[in-house]
Amino acid sequence: MNVSYNTQRTIILVSFLTVPLLLLLTFSYYPLLSLFYYSFLEWDGLTEKAFVGFQNYREIFGNAEYFGVLKNNAYYFIGGLLQTGLALYFAVLLNSKLKGRNGFRVILFLPYIMHSVAIVFMFQALYNNQYGTLNAFLDLVGLSGWKQNWLGDPSIVNFSLAFVSMWKYMGLSMVIFLGTLQSIPQDIYEAARIDGASSTQQFLHVTLPSIRKVMELLLLLTLTGALEAFEIPYIMMLGANNTETFIIKTVDVAFKFQQVGLGSALAVVMLLIVLVFVGLQRLLLKGGDE
Amino acid sequence: MREQSVFVRTIQYLSLFIGVFVVLFPPYTVFITSLKTKQEYLQNRFALPANWLHWENYEFIFTKTKILTTAFPNTLYIIGLSVAGNIILGTMVAYALGRFDFKLKKVIIGMYLLASVTPLVTTQVATYGLMNSLGLINNIHAPILLYLGADVISIIIYLQFIRNISYSLDESAMLEGASLFRIYWNIIFPLLMPATVTVMILRTIYIYNDFYIPFLYMTKTNLQVVSTSIFQFVGPNAASWNYIAAMIIVIFIPAIILFLFLQKFIYAGVTSGSVKE
Repeated sequence: MNVSYNTQRTIILVSFLTVPLLLLLTFSYYPLLSLFYYSFLEWDGLTEKAFVGFQNYREIFGNAEYFGVLKNNAYYFIGGLLQTGLALYFAVLLNSKLKGRNGFRVILFLPYIMHSVAIVFMFQALYNNQYGTLNAFLDLVGLSGWKQNWLGDPSIVNFSLAFVSMWKYMGLSMVIFLGTLQSIPQDIYEAARIDGASSTQQFLHVTLPSIRKVMELLLLLTLTGALEAFEIPYIMMLGANNTETFIIKTVDVAFKFQQVGLGSALAVVMLLIVLVFVGLQRLLLKGGDE
Repeated sequence: MREQSVFVRTIQYLSLFIGVFVVLFPPYTVFITSLKTKQEYLQNRFALPANWLHWENYEFIFTKTKILTTAFPNTLYIIGLSVAGNIILGTMVAYALGRFDFKLKKVIIGMYLLASVTPLVTTQVATYGLMNSLGLINNIHAPILLYLGADVISIIIYLQFIRNISYSLDESAMLEGASLFRIYWNIIFPLLMPATVTVMILRTIYIYNDFYIPFLYMTKTNLQVVSTSIFQFVGPNAASWNYIAAMIIVIFIPAIILFLFLQKFIYAGVTSGSVKE
């Protein structure tokens, strides 16, 4: 081998990075820049584009219809908070010496690996007003008074949908918490016990500080996940019955109503909101490290 | 945790059993429905199937829908090529960025990090136009290209992992005159195996579940994947619940079997994947 390492280095850098960078630029950055450009256009996606400046943005900020749907995203955020709390509870429980904990972990995690579209239809069968198994179950156990029109009642449907998301992702959050809990050295707990700390004190002073980072990360994912909620309400309801989320609005405006300019502006707004939260989280995380 | 009262333990088990019930109730009802006739289902939702060997619903799904002939093969093909590509490209980028210093390195890493927080669904409005002009609508390679192009998570996982592989390995190989490509292929690539397992798990779960990209780019019936085939099946046909139930079970089973065999790797994979972000 008589090619010098310097030459080899150049060959490697060029040949290893060209294709990935081309892909990154084509499928991440080109669409991103186009999105900004389209957001200043009035365009149906097919015929002539007309430059309209900030008109699309004025439309979004001036018309309550657009930001109004964010209240539907709020259900997924609240569901996500509950999910994170439950996940932490179960993780702490399954991290203790408990009989059958592996079995519990398998079952509680199971929904995460189940197919998401199939899950939505499974819950449709569960919630169905006439044939649904949930109402039939409530009858069976003598709780007929709790029966609801789970998908038909506009004041309930968003809870029903957010629950599907909780059901699917609780186990994932739990396994992530468990992974972190298991990495806390046992001798710290030993020392705390010798100092007479109760299990509540151990949780507050040993467990919580150790999982702070993961907790922050999961809360950020809850927030961005809620902002980006799309699949469950779209597949189950096609956005009908007051279940439209911000992304459903964006997709409908762009693809169904063919207002690509306005749809792009909505996408840009969503992107900026997400980036602000990610940025804030990064700042907080940095602050915590010092 | 030594002197826990019986009461606390009871509450703990009770909450666990409630959790287990909430998780298992929906799939359980779907499973028993899949073995019932329509009549049976309408009469009583919770009665066990009269005949546990009533396979008619499954037969219907296997013969009257394209799930076995089209959806699963297409999905496997897309997952296979995409994940292989994710692994090759991911290790290459990680080797180039993790082992060498050069001017644009920080810029490139920054570009990957920024792309990782961009919500993919929002940019599709613009990506669709690009794919259209590339003539890639209704082409099975369109999602593969997108899964390769918009995959940042694998690269970040590999970049994190390669830091823990000691550089002295590279150095001693160089002393023996190994080429840099050989170092990548014979030393770095095998040592990245744990990261590769993580990438395989995360990407397979992601692609198997992804609905939006095939829904947007592959509307033809012969290009259906698992997620779009059930969407089509339930939607316009308004098929009976007993058939839908059988289809749901057919879709759940492969993932559940894989999970039961690969539990340990999957827990580790999803944990490191999310925490490394």
